[in-house]
Amino acid sequence: MSDLQPAAMVETRGLKVRFEQAGKRIEAVNGVDLSVSRGEALALIGESGSGKSVTLRALMRLHPERSTRIEGQIEIEGRELMAMSRGELSRLRGGEVAMIFQEPLLALDPVYTVGQQIVEGLRRHRGLSRSEARARALEALKSVRIPSPESRLDAYPHEMSGGMRQRAMIALALSCHPKLLLADEPTTALDATVQIQILILLRELRRELGLALIFVTHDIAAAAEVADRVAVMYGGRIVEMAPVRELLRAPRHPYTIALLASRPDGGLAKGKRLETIPGSPPDLAALPPGCAFAPRCRHAMAICSSQLPPSERIDSEHLVACHWAMGRSDADPYTQPRQEERMDR
Amino acid sequence: MPSSSDSRAADPRDLGGPIQPLLKVRGLVKHFSVRGGAGKRRVVRAVDGIDFEVRKGETLGVVGESGCGKSTTARLLMQLIKLDAGELIFDAATVGGQQLPLREFRRQVQMVFQDSYSSLNPRMTIEQSVAFGPRVHGVGRRESMARARSLLDRVGLDPQRFGGRYPHELSGGQRQRVNIARALALEPRLVILDEAVSALDKSVEAQVLNLLDDLKRSMALTYVFISHDLHVVRYVSDRILVMYLGEVIEIGPAEALFERSAHPYTVALLGSMPSLDPDQRTEAPPLVGDPPSPIDPPSGCRFHTRCPYAEPLCAEQKPPFAELDEGHRAACWMVVPGSQHSQAAKAQCVDA
Repeated sequence: MSDLQPAAMVETRGLKVRFEQAGKRIEAVNGVDLSVSRGEALALIGESGSGKSVTLRALMRLHPERSTRIEGQIEIEGRELMAMSRGELSRLRGGEVAMIFQEPLLALDPVYTVGQQIVEGLRRHRGLSRSEARARALEALKSVRIPSPESRLDAYPHEMSGGMRQRAMIALALSCHPKLLLADEPTTALDATVQIQILILLRELRRELGLALIFVTHDIAAAAEVADRVAVMYGGRIVEMAPVRELLRAPRHPYTIALLASRPDGGLAKGKRLETIPGSPPDLAALPPGCAFAPRCRHAMAICSSQLPPSERIDSEHLVACHWAMGRSDADPYTQPRQEERMDR
Repeated sequence: MPSSSDSRAADPRDLGGPIQPLLKVRGLVKHFSVRGGAGKRRVVRAVDGIDFEVRKGETLGVVGESGCGKSTTARLLMQLIKLDAGELIFDAATVGGQQLPLREFRRQVQMVFQDSYSSLNPRMTIEQSVAFGPRVHGVGRRESMARARSLLDRVGLDPQRFGGRYPHELSGGQRQRVNIARALALEPRLVILDEAVSALDKSVEAQVLNLLDDLKRSMALTYVFISHDLHVVRYVSDRILVMYLGEVIEIGPAEALFERSAHPYTVALLGSMPSLDPDQRTEAPPLVGDPPSPIDPPSGCRFHTRCPYAEPLCAEQKPPFAELDEGHRAACWMVVPGSQHSQAAKAQCVDA
């Protein structure tokens, strides 16, 4: 390990995750390169089966070791995750990297109070005394704006409402001051009025604590409220990655374009047909050799089903993996990227 | 009253004529008794005296936070659970009365649920599932199967390829298509869609929404569309009903409700939609905290505990359901001209 502080909080190169299930091999993640700097928020968006949650969980090595094969590199602050010992891993989990989930009721332990659960982590990771830990736990609950935090410390998860539980889980995750927070659909199960509160909270906490955040969601609008950059996943690969403004205003991958067009958002006249993507998401046990989106893509060409499009830069921060977007064709598969054809606003 | 479907005039099932609402709901009440702390029994006022109507050929959207009574209302409309009070009038006939026995009513009203998997029998092929309703209602085996196949075709599932499959062999979107086909097997007039597209991926959701739109036109259907996704509700609905803690607090044409929301709760709810523009992020949440529990709901206007405009009057007296515009009503003291509320006079329209 070098003495230099690496710029990236997390970096993956060629990350592949495979599950062996009943004789089938599920190719859930198929070569993901991403890098998140300190204090940066990246949203991973995609549909179910796109590999977004699997990628996130791999960053903490949460997959069962027996049935999972992970290839490629994952570095957390320059340290190779796959080479870590059990002891190193448990110091990392919760201490430096923390995670919040969609269902706080499943993620919190029902037989301990919220306070006890936060105290446990603090004593273990930070070696605090019981009373110091309790004071820090109270601080943690205050930081997530839980009303009357003193009494909530001794509440059990089932005694709280959904939004309050999600706040408690965020407090638990942040109590040891991790540098990286992984959030797996943290607002999907919440009501709209509570969802926006949690999104704003995540945004504020990130600013206050200088936290790096990787945020998995299927909802582009939720990503737009929180993320600096967005990576769109499909079939276990990142098909497009760009700063959030750029991605929303000038999407280049046909999947991203279709996804944005299929949203029934405000302003869309009633009675107007929604753009749809025909077919259904790919079978991860039988991925095609080329681009996984090709069977559903309106711009698909012969090369799309035979040749996997590499991830290429459109400009310094915008990456896309698509033959069509790069101006290739069957007749002329290796032309240079075509002139920028911007679709501003 | 405009009817969006021209085929309706020819519908022999239409008894009351186009002006008669398809479904009239009057004073609907459902309370659940739960065990509170220390063995005390407490009452959840899930649906607490609601009135509305569903017009022929429209899509009525129903929105509100969890616990507001949306799904209980859906189940009451289907009579899957017993009403504590109130009545349902379906095309001028009282449901459960002589003219319209429950069994006959259920044939005309069908429901599609959120969880596409648990609402299908895992041991039946999808063809059998779709044919089951007609069989129960006395259609012969062969004809039921033929009907099932043609419905599967209609919802975009090739009966040759899919008919013999079991639910676990289908994707979520395909299963929801099966549920829609099954709901349509008895040729209902009203379909209640309770979060029917909420569990689907966005790209699949758009397919199913388009399908629902096609079916509505071709089969002269009326929808009650319940969803927590406000974008979707706005897109599909002709009118929208907003519920809060077991009560209807605003109802109106979709555009009016979005553009000129009258109730502060509606304003807050719509203001909670994440903005798709990173340069105009939502700065402060329109509401803080979670909705209060429907056990012992607040007095007066139930929203007064979270309302930025609440005044003593709001806690004391329940506001009437006042009409603002043609078909646009809200239960808020601010829209009642001359009420004691200080904002009453000018409050034709509340800006966020």
